[in-house]
Amino acid sequence: MLWVRLLLEAAFRLGPPLLYAALGETFAERSGIINIGIEGLMLTGAFLGFIGTFSTGSYLVGLGSAVAGALVLGLAFAFLTITVRANQIVVGAALNIFSLGITGFFFRTSYGGLTTVRAISIETLPLLPIPLLSDIPFLGPVLFQQSLLVYLALLLVPLSFFIIHRTALGLAIQAVGEYPRAADTAGINVYRIRYLCTLIGAVLAGIGGAFLSIAHTGTFIENMTAGRGFIALAVVILGRWNPYGVLIGALTFGASFALQLRLQTAGTQVPYQFLQALPYIVTILAVTAFRSRIAAPKALAVPYTG
Amino acid sequence: MSGLTVRASKPFALSALSHPWSQLLWDGLVLPALAVGSGLVVGGIILQLAGYQALPAFSAMFTGAFGTVLSLSTTLLRATPLILAGLGMAIAFRCSMWNIGAEGQLYAGAIAATFVGVRLEGWPPLLAVPTVLLAAFAAGACWGFIPGILRVRLGASEVVTSIMLNYVGIYLTSYLVTGPMREPGGTFPQSSPLAAAARLPRVVRDVLAPILNGLGFDVQLPNLRLHIGILIAIGTAIILHFLLFRTTLGYQIRAVGYNPVAARHAGISQGRTVVLAMLISGGMAGLAGGIEITGPINRLLQGFSPGYGYEAIAVALMAHNTPLGILLSGLVFGALRSGAEFMQLRASIPVVLVFMIQGLVILFIMGYAARRLLRTGG
Repeated sequence: MLWVRLLLEAAFRLGPPLLYAALGETFAERSGIINIGIEGLMLTGAFLGFIGTFSTGSYLVGLGSAVAGALVLGLAFAFLTITVRANQIVVGAALNIFSLGITGFFFRTSYGGLTTVRAISIETLPLLPIPLLSDIPFLGPVLFQQSLLVYLALLLVPLSFFIIHRTALGLAIQAVGEYPRAADTAGINVYRIRYLCTLIGAVLAGIGGAFLSIAHTGTFIENMTAGRGFIALAVVILGRWNPYGVLIGALTFGASFALQLRLQTAGTQVPYQFLQALPYIVTILAVTAFRSRIAAPKALAVPYTG
Repeated sequence: MSGLTVRASKPFALSALSHPWSQLLWDGLVLPALAVGSGLVVGGIILQLAGYQALPAFSAMFTGAFGTVLSLSTTLLRATPLILAGLGMAIAFRCSMWNIGAEGQLYAGAIAATFVGVRLEGWPPLLAVPTVLLAAFAAGACWGFIPGILRVRLGASEVVTSIMLNYVGIYLTSYLVTGPMREPGGTFPQSSPLAAAARLPRVVRDVLAPILNGLGFDVQLPNLRLHIGILIAIGTAIILHFLLFRTTLGYQIRAVGYNPVAARHAGISQGRTVVLAMLISGGMAGLAGGIEITGPINRLLQGFSPGYGYEAIAVALMAHNTPLGILLSGLVFGALRSGAEFMQLRASIPVVLVFMIQGLVILFIMGYAARRLLRTGG
């Protein structure tokens, strides 16, 4: 039972980066934009979040830098894909390559060396146990002894659901993602909605990345996102573009990361590389098993020509 | 279309050759040159901001790319896997299959090449080298087949599955060189070296020098690391050009990518075409991995690829997915990498700068291509 509790706790620590990124991507995809650049946005967020916190000692500055960096890149993505109608996959891939280069470059030139990397670290974001609730047996430590960023991520789930499914804005987002021509005719500004959703996606991916460095590891390593942005894409598919589904998906993957880490330290006979590959194999199986054709927004990845 | 299928946009028109010459010149040369220039300028600004002298850095980069015979050799050496994998990406992209999995396919090819290559002691090289490269192609094709068949049969996004297989390929390599394929008695995580017969001949030592000596010239030539992989890359580019523009399969690949509905009405099997495109695509990336093993590296190492598989995407896109154009864009990115490696030695600037510039180049290409689009109102 302790083992299960520890695993769940870890899932709630490892799930939020995916949850942030996947919730953001849900907004983007609901409006018809697929941004595979969220891997790069997360990496940028992880880097700026860490550097901001490391150099000022303030988590808020770190988080602010991560959001600002993600916004700039998100704006570039939005401009190229929405205004200029460039292919979304291509621009996203370019963003990933760029982010890998620029974060690696600045990390090495400012804090590392050409071949060696100096180990620098910060205190991770403090845990903030919620009084009373954290005393609940089993659930308490899992749910209510986490950092502020975990609570925020969990709160974003119902909030996102409410926005997408219960507000006029959400209706507009869905209309733009399903049938932009009709939305346009009905007086909705397709471009504006898509810009908004892309930027929401970018900001949340940036926060998700910052979570990795400032709330989870307390350090930055080159390419530390290691495909989490791509897994977030899979989480959106698994969650059927629904925030609650996305929550379940993100926690499942958080648990699979946690399980992988626990098995590694538990010293099983399985070679550690197989365990490391586990979350990626699970992702393949998951997107394969959950046929997603029906649920996908119809105008996904199709540029709109108004 | 649904799921994560991405409709082909303007740059992926049915045939690049149907454009008027002026536009071909613009799209094929002027735009990429402008984009590379802009990428370098922005890269230079970032270098300055980071406290480096951009001009001496770029001068070192140029020297490292083109300055000496040795650097030219390194440029071609780096261009070889980029061209081969880039060709593979172009085939998939033409079919609107977003194969982001070249890195994993490259590792799969390298594993197969090593597995076969260490066992061919005593074979004649003329037989050993093709056998090894064929194994590499086949393994890459298998790796590419998975996202293809999952897409066709189960509608799984090839973007996600192909990327995930990158990680699987990299970890598999890591497992093999620390486990079953580790050099017996060795201390490093690496395989045994390839049999001599399975190694690619070097251009100068094994090809040029014997010819010149045979003709009666007595010249001392530098023993460059450049191997005949570059000739294989040029050859396959020509073959794939014909495949894409002169064969039925090539037509089907382009048709499915350009307009899947029309292709279906024309009686083209979308599933079969997609799977074939992914087989060729993955196979080419696998071949790139095999060439790296039989050429410069000669044994399997963890993380031997500095990201060729990701760079290959940029290589294909810069050439608008035209096989012959990829010869040029592969050369440009090969020069960039070779120059950056020299720059790291000379000016202590991390070689990862290359990725930043490549990302910028693609973003600029997309931006510039679009300016015309905006002017004509789409």
